[in-house]
Amino acid sequence: MDFSFTEEQTLLRNSIQKFVQDEYDFDTRRKIIASDEGMKEENWQTLAELGLLAAPFTEEQGGFGGGPIETMIVMEEFGRGLVVEPYAPTVIQCGGFLRYAGSSEQQEALIPQIIEGKLKMAFAYAEPQGRYNLADLTTTAEQKGGDFVINGYKAVVIGGPWADKFIVTARTSGSQREEKGVTVFIIDKGADGVSTRDYPTVDGFRASELTLENVVVGKDAVVGEVDNGLPLVEKIADEAIAAYCAEAIGAMKVLNDTTVEYCKTRKQFGQPIGKFQVLQHRMVDMFMEYEQSVSMTYMVNLKLEEDEIERKKAASGAKVQIGKSGRFVGQQSVQLHGGMGMTDELNVGHYFKRLTMIDTAFGNVDHHLKRYAKLSQA
Amino acid sequence: MDFNFTKEDEAFRAEVRAFIEEKYPDSLKGKVRRDELEREDFLAWHKVLAEKGWVAPSWPEEWGGTDWSVTQRYIWNEENARADTVPLLPFGLSMVGPVIYTFGNEEQKKHYLPRIYNGEDWWCQGYSEPGSGSDLASLRTKAVREGDHYIVNGMKTWTTLAQYADWIFCLVRTDSDAKAQEGISFLLIDMNTPGIEVKPIITLDGSHEVNEVFLTDVKVPVENLIGEENKGWTYAKFLLGHERSGIAGVARSKRNIDRLKEIARSELVDGEQLIRQADFEGKLAQLEIDLTALEFTELRTLASESAGKGPGPESSILKIKGTEIQQRITELTLEAVGYQGMPYQRDLGDNVRPIGPEYAEMSAPTYFNTRKTSIYGGSNEIQRNIIAKMVLGL
Ligand SMILES: Cc1cc2nc3c(=O)[nH]c(=O)nc-3n(C[C@H](O)[C@H](O)[C@H](O)COP(=O)(O)OP(=O)(O)OC[C@H]3O[C@@H](n4cnc5c(N)ncnc54)[C@H](O)[C@@H]3O)c2cc1C
Repeated sequence: MDFSFTEEQTLLRNSIQKFVQDEYDFDTRRKIIASDEGMKEENWQTLAELGLLAAPFTEEQGGFGGGPIETMIVMEEFGRGLVVEPYAPTVIQCGGFLRYAGSSEQQEALIPQIIEGKLKMAFAYAEPQGRYNLADLTTTAEQKGGDFVINGYKAVVIGGPWADKFIVTARTSGSQREEKGVTVFIIDKGADGVSTRDYPTVDGFRASELTLENVVVGKDAVVGEVDNGLPLVEKIADEAIAAYCAEAIGAMKVLNDTTVEYCKTRKQFGQPIGKFQVLQHRMVDMFMEYEQSVSMTYMVNLKLEEDEIERKKAASGAKVQIGKSGRFVGQQSVQLHGGMGMTDELNVGHYFKRLTMIDTAFGNVDHHLKRYAKLSQA
Repeated sequence: MDFNFTKEDEAFRAEVRAFIEEKYPDSLKGKVRRDELEREDFLAWHKVLAEKGWVAPSWPEEWGGTDWSVTQRYIWNEENARADTVPLLPFGLSMVGPVIYTFGNEEQKKHYLPRIYNGEDWWCQGYSEPGSGSDLASLRTKAVREGDHYIVNGMKTWTTLAQYADWIFCLVRTDSDAKAQEGISFLLIDMNTPGIEVKPIITLDGSHEVNEVFLTDVKVPVENLIGEENKGWTYAKFLLGHERSGIAGVARSKRNIDRLKEIARSELVDGEQLIRQADFEGKLAQLEIDLTALEFTELRTLASESAGKGPGPESSILKIKGTEIQQRITELTLEAVGYQGMPYQRDLGDNVRPIGPEYAEMSAPTYFNTRKTSIYGGSNEIQRNIIAKMVLGL
């Protein structure tokens, strides 16, 4: 048993920390998210130069063969900086589809472009009626001759405005929520029939509503097997969860450190408010929530490569922990900062908002509690 | 003990309901939900009520109070919540108004009370300062007497809606040598006086509701002092009690739970309504039970108040539980809409169709914004300190 990081992993962490320190202080981030683009292309190129966009791809694919722990390190540090550039959608989610199930043509065409920072992608899976059920799809792909005709609607596609291509789930057979019949497609943003409505999100990211009207794609757009895409989608979702958990612990750490520091310096009634025992205990609870979250984040990242049931349980367990802890730490950080915590000017509110939204990514606490319960009874 | 409405109560309810239906300005409908209220919107409803004579039910009759019973006030609140009317701003009606009619002199009463009543003056509350929040008595804004004026210097912060205000009631230090609580005075200041500057503070949800107010050599006539010099703390404490008793917000919370239920009926989980899910159903039920307990606690408090006992330290319960429930409602509402709470829609502009379902539109900003309720009006930690000390004697 060993919970220490290798030298390479530490170097990786240092390089991202340096990037966040140099390019992502809070005021710079504020400018980035307020810009028309909502992200900074130069940063994306820096991530390419640092090799981060190549991290999880195998050496044959032109990458560094990093595993879940490397991704965890990257995302944790991004969480500390509240980095908005679309690493999770492009590299972890869409990159994951390509790595695991892309045809050799797809891999050869797209992975090098991702690695070089020339291609951004977004994963369009959520549908309003489906809530967190990945199989609940009304988007359909009908086979016509050798092609597929896709029709449907996807909500809150994170990173959508920046994406050149989407990975989209659609139903090729079966009823609305059936496990069988889900197929994964790559769709060009510029393809006929694709339209987006782009907007900022409450936590400073950008997203799109995506409408697909008679979008025609060839067989070469299918990732993995026709009708049998759900296990793949679930795997990617679990990996995305593991990554978001890492981002969340990065954000919680900043909040806890900031809050403790604030309570040491803010004085009321002639003493630092950190002297009030009720606030001390509150901060101790925040600290424990953080530690438990770190543990669950390590746990899920260590179990991502285990068999399907173990992996799913790990992901759901971790997501429940992060959802609850993120809420507590976020709310209490605001509370202990008093009026200051309510301001847009201070970073505290921004971390709180991000943690709040991480709970809704790929299933909230309730969703994963149920999923966990089902799996552990099976 | 009795919790039935009499025939008269029912008649009163019918009267109130009909009045709101007939007189509530069309232009305001929906604006509360969408958080689009501007100065004139707040005042529009106020003025309708002033005309009817219902704008300040709890004031002494002499100044326009209605002498309603506890039950009638309860019905009044319920009907307003039901119709989603614009909440009346507390700063004039339930804060400085009561201070003036309790501690002010005749001239002050005659001058200010009708103007508050009719919505002619917009008031804001100048208590908090950057260094003095929970420890309000440490405030440093200074007023020095020079002839028949005070010269005020200092800074107030978190001042709600000061950007619209005509007047600010301030706690200022008039004696720096006395003990903290004993050197404070209660001063009414015209916001148009030279030397006052208001700067916006944007909150985490992106709205502009609080401000910094800078006071530099502001000349305030001595007539604007309430009561006695250096006795301001007593008046301020009286006012904090008033502020607390309105803060439970039971009727509005009921309305918001109903709205949450509508959302949970529209949202689907595996094709079934969210409201039918055991976990969500349980959380909703718990919320309603908590609210029922609060409702009866509030009614008990109101009843003893009308029996002549002023709002005691027990009213801190109403503040704590009321705000916890308000926060929980916004939390569950955001949970209910799920990721559809993500789009930031504040800058979308008028006449633009919202992103996602309409009911999801303000869920996240409202949740973020409602965190303020456990901070302001005496934070919930401070309220617990009050109960510990004043009620439990610890
Ligand atoms: C949206 C909003 C609107 C407001 N509107 C107004 C207004 O119109 N007019 C006005 O005058 N003020 C207003 N306020 C200010 C409000 O009253 C103060 O924010 C509040 O009193 C807390 O003070 P503070 O922000 O300085 O926090 P602090 O007093 O610094 O408190 C920070 C934290 O320490 C805790 N704490 C402090 N002392 C103790 C203690 N002894 N024991 C345990 N815990 C303690 C607090 O509970 C809090 O969690 C508003 C505030 C907000 C957020």
